[in-house]
Amino acid sequence: MISYILRRLLVAVPTILVLIVLSFLMMHYAPGGPWTSERAFPQAVIDALNAKYGLDKPLVSQIASYTWNIVAHFDFGPSLYYKDRSVADLIAQGFPVTLTYGFWSFVVAVAVGGSLGVAAAVWHNSWLDYLAVGISIGAQVLPNFVMAPILVLVFTLWLGWLPGGGWQGGAFPYVVMPVIALSTSFMASIARITRSSMLEVLNAGFIRTARAKGLPMRRIVLRHALKPALLPVISYLGPAFVGMITGSVVIDIYFSTGGIGQYFVNSALNRDYFVIMGVTILTGALTVLFNLVVDILYAWIDPKIRY
Amino acid sequence: MTLNTVLRLTAATLVLGAGLPAFAADPQEGETLAESQTFTYRLLDEVPTLDPQLNEDVSGSNVQRDLFEGLMNQDAQGNLVPGVATGYTATDGNKTYVFTLREEAKWSNGDPVTAQDFVYAWRRAIDPATASPYAWFVEMTTMTNASKILAGELPPEELGVEAVDDHTLKVTLEESIPYFAAMTTTSTLFPAPQATIEKFGSEWTRPGNMVSNGAYVLSEHVPNEYHKRIKNDQYWDAGNVHITEVTGLVINDVNQALTRYLAGELDMIEPLPAGQFPELKEKYPDQATSVPRLCNYYYTFNMTDSANPALKDVRVREAMSYAIDRDVIVNAVLKGGQSPAYIFTPPFTAGFEAEEPAYQAMTQKERDAEAVRLIEEAGYGKDHPLTLRLIYNTDENHKKIATVMAQMWKQKLGIDVTMQNFEWKTFLEIRKQQDFDVARGAWCGDYNEASTFLQLMVSDNSQNDGRFANDEVDALMMESKTMADPNPNYAKVEEILEQEVPVIPVYHYANVFMLNAAIKGWPYENVENNWYSKDFYKVAE
Repeated sequence: MISYILRRLLVAVPTILVLIVLSFLMMHYAPGGPWTSERAFPQAVIDALNAKYGLDKPLVSQIASYTWNIVAHFDFGPSLYYKDRSVADLIAQGFPVTLTYGFWSFVVAVAVGGSLGVAAAVWHNSWLDYLAVGISIGAQVLPNFVMAPILVLVFTLWLGWLPGGGWQGGAFPYVVMPVIALSTSFMASIARITRSSMLEVLNAGFIRTARAKGLPMRRIVLRHALKPALLPVISYLGPAFVGMITGSVVIDIYFSTGGIGQYFVNSALNRDYFVIMGVTILTGALTVLFNLVVDILYAWIDPKIRY
Repeated sequence: MTLNTVLRLTAATLVLGAGLPAFAADPQEGETLAESQTFTYRLLDEVPTLDPQLNEDVSGSNVQRDLFEGLMNQDAQGNLVPGVATGYTATDGNKTYVFTLREEAKWSNGDPVTAQDFVYAWRRAIDPATASPYAWFVEMTTMTNASKILAGELPPEELGVEAVDDHTLKVTLEESIPYFAAMTTTSTLFPAPQATIEKFGSEWTRPGNMVSNGAYVLSEHVPNEYHKRIKNDQYWDAGNVHITEVTGLVINDVNQALTRYLAGELDMIEPLPAGQFPELKEKYPDQATSVPRLCNYYYTFNMTDSANPALKDVRVREAMSYAIDRDVIVNAVLKGGQSPAYIFTPPFTAGFEAEEPAYQAMTQKERDAEAVRLIEEAGYGKDHPLTLRLIYNTDENHKKIATVMAQMWKQKLGIDVTMQNFEWKTFLEIRKQQDFDVARGAWCGDYNEASTFLQLMVSDNSQNDGRFANDEVDALMMESKTMADPNPNYAKVEEILEQEVPVIPVYHYANVFMLNAAIKGWPYENVENNWYSKDFYKVAE
């Protein structure tokens, strides 16, 4: 197992290198650049800016020195747009925010989605099933950019219960609406996946045997059915977890949380090269990591899987 | 600022009296100050930098004017009033300026603000090592050697600015710039605290590190969430500052900003969601406001060979301009108090007076008839339709306007328009390469004088993306720089633009916003929309 984990981590290195090179090239070949603006800067200004940020060097040496700075100094470069901040500053400030609302969204999505899915499967074709399916479809078709303004309208303007945005270090009232808005669609997906895989498991031979033995339903579900039913859910949860903790541009834009989700879009629009790279690498590394975690969980849940 | 003011302020050897009061708004009789003097407003995006010399955007300038103070400030009408300087003299045909600095001006750490702080800041702004995107602004002042320093040919110490003594700053320019004093209200020319910058490097703009000389100091800053500035007790005019705390909340979404304003979380939001102004004005007449803003919105023709050759014919360009019903665009599409544009320069620009162009006086029906006559004379029209490619940058309002214009051209002149939209930076790149027939353009004045707009029509101007070239325009604009009253030249340039139609003026901007009725002292008549929180106060409701 240990050697498997080590191997996987080793493979991650070239994966991330390829990610760096591809992103760097795509970014540079996009039309326009960080200094493109309504007012065309004089060439002398552009030259000074390029020299300051090393953009005057050949592309190959830019990629090489960028990668070297990460490996040797853990330096992700400066932001070209937020001129008094470095990429590390921006991520250090924004990532704890997305991590917080992402983590709680994950907990809510798994707890509510999982329970709905199990309940719907166990009481298949009952009113509870229809209700659970109804809720999950409703949540799925209500995207967060529709959900967010509605939440603010209701809870801030009409009821006056919650602040309309901001973060204030993650104080409870500021976290509620981002978590609701972010978790609903994930919750819906988890509910649907859990329901269908639970239904499949409940029809399997070993469950019939357990029922024939006269085991109570609660014990069958919790002890025998839940673990195998979770397998497909877990493979969905790995990438979903990364998606949630790296934030969401919609949540950041509507709730002014200050998280890093917005950088995925804004840094590209601003051609803020090193921020684009920073968030890409962060997401890439987390994806590799959590896919590995998922694989390890698989082995733990399903004794048939051996690495 | 009216031209008279400019002239009054810049006439040779004029000195503003040292005893002149600075501008400050004070409660009127019958008004009671509210207990809590706070002002919270919306920022569309996080301010890219809090460094005055690196700043390049409008929202950043609003913050800079609170944190720092330049030589001169603007009052509620946009007139120049003393800032750190109590006055100045302009000699040598507006090529030498000497500013007298007030002795009581202090940095927030208690150090005096000296002429040397300005010298340091201005050298820093032009120094290629600083790589300020706004170095061009220093170059535009034509300060001696600015261009050579920016090109790396001379050291920054050679810049035409010197501290004669602690309270006297002497500036030498290469060209006559009558409005130089007005340019010192821009953050690029604000002073900078050398010791602090050298101590903290790029982190000098963090709360706790930053030392500033304005009416406020930075107290909190969480990027992309909010920042807070609190009253600076060291500010020389602190006794007249009422607002004690200013908060800028970053709210990207315009509808969300309105909801939060209506929930009472903010005192000011700007702009308003497109098309909602009339309704908000009716519901909140004391809060919803629309005032002229020093910007124009136009479509530019591609005058080079890469365009459809039909556009070389002035009759085609003229017909296309005439066929645009500007009233429909401002009244039915934008609905925010914008004014239809028939000339390029906004008519409310200080000191600018131009004859109303002939086609402005016509009814739209007459203009349409004339448009049809012109395009048919040029050999086009519904029977022989012209095909054109129009480009704009992705935005709901731009899309609506482009659609309406294309429809008008199709119906009236039979022109088939292909519309293409691009993300902002891609759009700029395409427009710069003249890869279009007609392209959207807009310009906001760098300063309140007509040349800031008309320079765009000079053949070698880098913003002239249609590459319109007219020797007479070039000569008139060159000559205007040294004229005591350049207005006749500006009027003549507008006349040429009316005849040659290199651009279609569409509308002149309005600033459309909601302001808490308790906030007083807002500079409604300042068309550059430059506001200073120190001039506000909040009355008890």
